[in-house]
Amino acid sequence: MWSYALKRLLSAVVIMWAVATLVFLAMRIIPADPAEVVLGDQASQEALAAFRARTGLDRPLLAQYLDFFAGVVHGDLGRSLITNAPIAEQIWAVFPYTLSLAFASLAVGTLIGVPLGVWTAVRRGGWIDFLGRIFALTGFSFPAFYLGIVLLLIFSVWLGWTPIIHSIRGGGWHEHLGKLVLPALSLGLIQAAYITRLTRSAMLEALGQDWVRTAYAKGLPDRVVYYKHVLRNIMIPVVTAMGLYTGTILGGAVLTETVFNRPGLGKLLVGAIAQRDYTLIQSGLMVFAFIILLVNLLVDLSYALFDPRVKYE
Amino acid sequence: MAGPGNGASASAQDSAAPLLSVRDLRVAFDTRRGRVVAVDGISFDLDEGETLGIVGESGCGKSVTALSVLRLAGRAAHILSGSIRLAGRDLLTVSDAEIQAVRGGEVGMVFQEPMTSLNPVFTVGEQIAEPLMRHRRLSRRAALDRAAELLDKVGIPTPRARLASYPHELSGGMRQRVMIAMALSCQPRLLIADEPTTALDVTVQAQILELLAGLQQEFGTAIMLITHDLGVVAEFARRAVVMYAGRIVEQAEVGALFERPLHPYTEGLLASIPPMEEDLDSLRTIEGTVPSPHAMPPGCRFAPRCAAVRPACRTIDPPLLALAPGHQAACIAHADYRLPAGSGQAHADTPA
Ligand SMILES: Nc1ncnc2c1ncn2[C@@H]1O[C@H](COP(=O)(O)OP(=O)(O)OP(=O)(O)O)[C@@H](O)[C@H]1O
Ligand SMILES: [Mg+2]
Repeated sequence: MWSYALKRLLSAVVIMWAVATLVFLAMRIIPADPAEVVLGDQASQEALAAFRARTGLDRPLLAQYLDFFAGVVHGDLGRSLITNAPIAEQIWAVFPYTLSLAFASLAVGTLIGVPLGVWTAVRRGGWIDFLGRIFALTGFSFPAFYLGIVLLLIFSVWLGWTPIIHSIRGGGWHEHLGKLVLPALSLGLIQAAYITRLTRSAMLEALGQDWVRTAYAKGLPDRVVYYKHVLRNIMIPVVTAMGLYTGTILGGAVLTETVFNRPGLGKLLVGAIAQRDYTLIQSGLMVFAFIILLVNLLVDLSYALFDPRVKYE
Repeated sequence: MAGPGNGASASAQDSAAPLLSVRDLRVAFDTRRGRVVAVDGISFDLDEGETLGIVGESGCGKSVTALSVLRLAGRAAHILSGSIRLAGRDLLTVSDAEIQAVRGGEVGMVFQEPMTSLNPVFTVGEQIAEPLMRHRRLSRRAALDRAAELLDKVGIPTPRARLASYPHELSGGMRQRVMIAMALSCQPRLLIADEPTTALDVTVQAQILELLAGLQQEFGTAIMLITHDLGVVAEFARRAVVMYAGRIVEQAEVGALFERPLHPYTEGLLASIPPMEEDLDSLRTIEGTVPSPHAMPPGCRFAPRCAAVRPACRTIDPPLLALAPGHQAACIAHADYRLPAGSGQAHADTPA
């Protein structure tokens, strides 16, 4: 188990390095001079040179790469090209918003997706199954940000239940929670569609197993058979898929945060891209990659919790 | 016998009424190729505390019969007709809650495949404790204590420690012992054992059957012992039912069945029992194969394979009749067989 975790950790480090390199190179390949972008067309040559000197952009590529890399290794994400503020602080400031959005949408996705998956599986062929499959299919072909816009239209514009634009910072936790509902729904419903489909197919496969018959032969009602015996057995495929889905959630979060004008990693990154804040983009992407790797590692390590037969080599 | 459900069935406690009474059971499956009747009008009784053997080749409907008793034959199964009375109550018509109380409570079941019949992600202890908590309303702790006692009874060493084992940590024989412990946990009045040893190797087979016989002595449980091995029936059952292609072709006390089989199919089965300690190559087998349930022959279903077939066998579908006290068979070739008036024409009962 521990040696497995170590192995996975090492490979994660290698992947992080590859991601860092790619991100670094991508930023240098883009044919735009950060100094010009930041200071504008009218800036004097001296000002541009001074900017490049301050930010280290005048140094050779390899030296910049090593600098960036050394920073990443030390957990120093550098400073914003535009504001010169430490990037780590900016990320920390918005991280809770993204985290709460991710968890809330995951909760929505799981709480709707798992029961619906079970339900459609056991009513296979019936109208519940039919509606469930329409839901899953619609969710698949429906971008989360678009759903966000639809929800805003319904709840803010038509019903007037929530303001369209509101300041998210400040306010008590219940206020935060209130502002989380629509973004979490728009991201979570899409996940629910995905989880429904996954749970349904895993469930259908499991229901044909001999041990399901044994569970019934003990006198257990459907409810216990489905939610205790079968669900526990299909946790691995469901959790794996959720883990693989983290990237999509984060991607969805970028757009959802923009639609709802919520602070967050995604919004930060989109802003950085708009402003060509290369260092911020670079470090933001690293954080994204790190989160995805971490979640997948945790998912892998959680298998043993769900299935006693899993042995890590 | 002490146990739940006694109150409800007090009237059936007199010795005359059987514990289980199956009448005219017909079970069909909807398949892609149309409806097949897997069990076609069978009737038999099982007395309190006795062992009834049910034998027949693969596919003759033994499992479907067994599963139907607990309404576990699956969503594709349709019970076309018949009744299955347990101590007088028709299990085919009772409510879901009642059948759930019967399953694992009054009737325990052991399946053919010990390797896949236990839930892989729960411990053995949890799985045995489950019916005890449900039917006996035991606390988790009490149920686990009882589970350890049961594991001891079914011959599992260090039962306490084994409670925490997962199925994959046990051998096939051990798993089948766990299944038996689970099925007997609530001291059912009836144990249905569907080929409990088929998947096990020979020495383990004998141990498991001995174990069942011993537990039956101790608990007074009636056993419906399904097997395709007449040798097992001879050793463990008091009476036997011989099934062929969804029908019962012969039914008798084991002694009578072995000494004086009345149906050619039973004779064929007896001839194919390996004589003691002789190699299996000298086995005689019955020629031909079981008819497809999609295309049952008219007349006697065994006629195409029967050595003693007569022309009439191909048109007359013989019902099961008593030919001697406690001995029934369905074969017109027998000297004492008299077709009841109005019966005997081939049933046109394979709906297209
Ligand atoms: N779920 C099902 N769908 C369709 N047909 C089925 C189903 N279950 C059983 N059958 C059919 O019913 C018939 C009887 O099957 P059953 O399992 O009772 O045989 P069996 O006597 O138990 O055989 P075995 O010795 O192989 O266990 C077979 O022809 C089989 O094809
Ligand atoms: Mg069978």
